[in-house]
Amino acid sequence: MTDHSKLKIAVASGKGGTGKTLVSTNLFWTIQKAGLPVTLVDCDAEEPNVAEFVSGDVLHTHTVTQNIPVINTELCVFCGKCFEYCNYNAIVYLPDSHFIQVVEDLCHDCGACSVACQFGAITEKKKQLGTVKSIYLNSHAEIIEACADVGVYSPVPIIKKAIKEASNSYLAIYDSPPGISCPFIATIEKADFVVLVTEPTPFGLNDLKLSVETLQQLKKPFGVIVNRAGLGNREVYDWLEQNNIPLLLEIPFDREIARIYSEGRLLAEEKPAYQIQFKELLKAIEKIVQQ
Amino acid sequence: MNEIVILSGKGGTGKTSLSAAFATISNKTVVADCDVDASNLHLILNPENYFERNFTTGHTAVIEYSTCTNCGLCADYCRFDAISFQQGKVTISEISCDGCKLCSRVCPSHSIQMIPSDKSRWYIGNYRNGKMVHARLSPGEENSGKLVNVVRENARKTAQETGWETIIIDGPPGTGCPVISSVTGTNTAIIVSEPTNSGFHDMKRVLEITANFNVKSFVLINKYDLNETITGRIESWCIENNIPVAGKIPFDEQIVEAMINCQSITEWKPESEASKEIIRIWKQINQFDNDKFRTNTIAQIQIKSE
Repeated sequence: MTDHSKLKIAVASGKGGTGKTLVSTNLFWTIQKAGLPVTLVDCDAEEPNVAEFVSGDVLHTHTVTQNIPVINTELCVFCGKCFEYCNYNAIVYLPDSHFIQVVEDLCHDCGACSVACQFGAITEKKKQLGTVKSIYLNSHAEIIEACADVGVYSPVPIIKKAIKEASNSYLAIYDSPPGISCPFIATIEKADFVVLVTEPTPFGLNDLKLSVETLQQLKKPFGVIVNRAGLGNREVYDWLEQNNIPLLLEIPFDREIARIYSEGRLLAEEKPAYQIQFKELLKAIEKIVQQ
Repeated sequence: MNEIVILSGKGGTGKTSLSAAFATISNKTVVADCDVDASNLHLILNPENYFERNFTTGHTAVIEYSTCTNCGLCADYCRFDAISFQQGKVTISEISCDGCKLCSRVCPSHSIQMIPSDKSRWYIGNYRNGKMVHARLSPGEENSGKLVNVVRENARKTAQETGWETIIIDGPPGTGCPVISSVTGTNTAIIVSEPTNSGFHDMKRVLEITANFNVKSFVLINKYDLNETITGRIESWCIENNIPVAGKIPFDEQIVEAMINCQSITEWKPESEASKEIIRIWKQINQFDNDKFRTNTIAQIQIKSE
């Protein structure tokens, strides 16, 4: 493990449950154990699970808000321009009955209605979307957890805020939400390297292809970890080879590993041999990024 | 019409493998794959005779540089940090653009057009036991549940046209908008849990959603023998909260083998312990006496997060 200025690694996968959190928590734990400064950012804001594996003292909790328009009906002339400007159907407007109302759940905080209103009838208030928690592990290791409130239209503003809080870290690991839609993009956008975790099954391979296609479009460097190796077939390995995609690490399917994970324990702590594997993983990533 | 949704919260607990088994046990069935972000069920059901349609998720702003004066007013108004100066030239990031159209409205030289993002698709096809509707969300799009609604509407329409009674919905992971779109209006939810702390935790969050929508919910513990202590904890919690545990399925590598052979486990190894249990669970859920189900009790559950 070498000194580097600000390396940001995202751990992601198209399919859920392939082992993203297993990889990110163990990589984080191994690096801090070696005495290097590191921050783990839990970007899976709908289901943050990192804190089940590594915990510490909560240093502070910041709330993340969005702006919501408030229409003053005393000043409103019911011209309907804000309704026309809103591209999200978040304003209900019935001109004949002089009725106008904001549907808060549909508002994306774009500010168009405020620009539209010529009569000063629209002001804005804050609405909570979620929280970003900072958890202190030791003098050189920290966890930042993004957590979305239930029913929020998108976890993206919370993810962005969490990543921003970790922006001064020497080495940051982002635990990504599953899938390939905007929460995933918001997580990997600022990363220097993406680790895709898959399993050697047809479902794993299908979703890996979707992730790879997306990362290639974005021109992001990436590599693959095969988890539960030994299950399934060789198809994923053949595909990686044909497409010149680096295989960074294999974690075997093993009932003992499944048990350690199921109880919220860390593989690298329980089986120290894995510390070497995760150190090698970081080295391999550093090598690719430096090229 | 009987709509049954399969959910889990945590990914990878076995929703799709179980949906495939249920879809191949019953005949005259419409299957809706609502995991539009990473759909997999079609890999096992292998639907044919496709009907394919585009789906517009939103719009993206594009600058017409021949008339752009590079004034930067659009960047001042954009709240999504999507517009910046790159090498002295005002540039829109396709990834960050939310499609609000404000930049296009304020541009003094009318140089910004809104282009529809219509790369997402949805499909209807025939599979061996019925019909299947599924979709593919284009990478980087917002998964707001709108495409899930389209899949569900078309599954219902198909069921009405064919006169078939059962719709099986393979749900997405998480607890966000696409999950809520998959749950609304269904009769029954099967929550696939697994004996891990995160699987247990996420199962409770999903039960909160199904309780809010008054959907009768069953818990199914998959791979139960990977940690029987946590399985025991899940079972006791369900008893305390009056949630019926429909059954427990052992970890079986043959489920993966079945997947490789494009079959469901009940087709691949019908005599295996897992298959027998899945068949028993499916019968039990379909014969469940609605009157006995204490919906009110379920709706009263207050699950403490943390």
